[in-house]
Amino acid sequence: MIELRNINKTFKVAKRNAGFSEAVKALFKKDYTYIHALRDVSFTIGDGEMVGYIGPNGAGKSSTIKIMSGILTPDSGECVINGRTPWKERVSHVREIGVVFGQRSQLWWDVPVIDSFELIRDIYKVEEGQYKKTLSGLIELLDIGEIVKTPARQLSLGQRMRCEIAASLLHSPKILFLDEPTIGLDAVSKIAVREFIKTINRENKTTVILTTHDMQDIEALTERIILIGRGRILLDGSLSALKSRNSSHKTLRVDYVGEGLPASEQMTVIKDLNGHGEMLIDTDRLSVSEAISYISSRVEIKDLSVVGETIDETVVSLYKEFEI
Amino acid sequence: MKQYLSFFRIRFIAGLQYRAAAWAGISTQFAWGGMTLLMFWAFYQNGENSFPMSFPELSSYIWLQQALLAMFMAWFFDQEIFESITSGGIAYELCRPCDLYGMWFVKNMAVRLSRVLLRCVPILLVAAFLPEPFGIKLPPDGLSALLFLVSTVLGFLVLVSFSMLIYISAFYTISPMGIRILATSVTEFFTGALIPIPFFPEALQPVIYALPFASMQNTPFLIYTGHIGGAEALGSMAVQLLWLFALVLTGRLLMRRALKKVVVQGG
Repeated sequence: MIELRNINKTFKVAKRNAGFSEAVKALFKKDYTYIHALRDVSFTIGDGEMVGYIGPNGAGKSSTIKIMSGILTPDSGECVINGRTPWKERVSHVREIGVVFGQRSQLWWDVPVIDSFELIRDIYKVEEGQYKKTLSGLIELLDIGEIVKTPARQLSLGQRMRCEIAASLLHSPKILFLDEPTIGLDAVSKIAVREFIKTINRENKTTVILTTHDMQDIEALTERIILIGRGRILLDGSLSALKSRNSSHKTLRVDYVGEGLPASEQMTVIKDLNGHGEMLIDTDRLSVSEAISYISSRVEIKDLSVVGETIDETVVSLYKEFEI
Repeated sequence: MKQYLSFFRIRFIAGLQYRAAAWAGISTQFAWGGMTLLMFWAFYQNGENSFPMSFPELSSYIWLQQALLAMFMAWFFDQEIFESITSGGIAYELCRPCDLYGMWFVKNMAVRLSRVLLRCVPILLVAAFLPEPFGIKLPPDGLSALLFLVSTVLGFLVLVSFSMLIYISAFYTISPMGIRILATSVTEFFTGALIPIPFFPEALQPVIYALPFASMQNTPFLIYTGHIGGAEALGSMAVQLLWLFALVLTGRLLMRRALKKVVVQGG
């Protein structure tokens, strides 16, 4: 059980203008600005849930993960995870969590991965029988039997990421934080990682909290999403709720042969050039299929795609809505 | 305890991989030790009595210094630790259920010991067969040898606990370079790495012996050569112990304070 109540975090950032004289001035007097990384962040996540924590860069995702893993102390607010406050009881707290930071590595660079695993086993004091069992399970699921004998420096990014995930699960944590686990991976590795995350969530009832910029990750994995922007929780609900929000308009991208795209009251032509065009449909008044049949009755459609709003666009429109 | 041991092992094994570096180090240290001795030899030609140590004592001191250089060098820092602080890799280390101070301490010890293990034996062997009075001699008696061993361990721990302070300073300064350079030159000078401490001016000696730096390599080397012995040796070792406690305590306090306000940068 994870519970956050009114978490606030402010960072002090030194600022100066460009130029030599400004640099000299800064030697004596520094100007600081305060960045509110998190403002009154509250949410609750139950055991065994899988939650996507999303938002644009600088929204406060990583700060929240760091607070929940006990690395960062917030300015105010409460955070209770399995009955403990992470930053106050760091050591006993981290024993029950696993963390993967997609942009950093926890494997020792110049030794075979298996050596890193054994070190992690000793650090977490995992009992030998238990370790063997967990390890063989992980090796099979992640298909890393061959690569664990290779030094980490010689692994490809996809191989390394699979080993990183295995490393953070060796002590069978109850909660797994994944901070951009699919960053930089190719399609095959992404699918393998997603499948694996699904499996451990289903079979071991591990609570998974996942931050990502990849909408496919979210669509493949999570039912519930928490959307954060400029340090505030903007939305906490199901993925479909997010999608249906601000989706009263859809864009149709059409390649066609014919005279030109037909406009009507419910659909406007945004762009129409040499047989490539885009139309904006008001879906409250006209369904997508109606729009398509209307267009195809006038021109011959060669290719057509429906462009929904991307998550980032949704966030931007939510920014406007909340006036932040 | 077991986690520290495995931690030690993995760093130690990694350190043993660098054999070419060890050979390069050995030859440099030979040249350096030889040059130092020849320079002192030139001074000693003016009459040995005006110097605080006899020449054979000095030879043993210098060769020990070269052989154990990797263990006692104050200018050596584990780049990985600085990187983990400045680049944020420390995030992972903080997600482990262990004490960060202890982990880094052990890591430091392992890196230094793996280096010294590769280097000290060839240097000591060759130095033992150098002609009188340039070679290294055995300690005057068994007791000195025993005290030397204990004092070496203490001196090593004092040095590591001092360099821990430099690592921890990286939490406060973002770029650890400045403090590193300052600390390195100060320690090099006052540990006796440049000139053995007995050669410092009389008036300065009490000040130097009051600093933690004299408790690093100087104490065990002086015990080995027989320059100090008996009660005096035990007294110096008590000072070593005192500094070890003081430095570890300061380091732990500073670390605890730093971790409270730590900001993991980037991502």
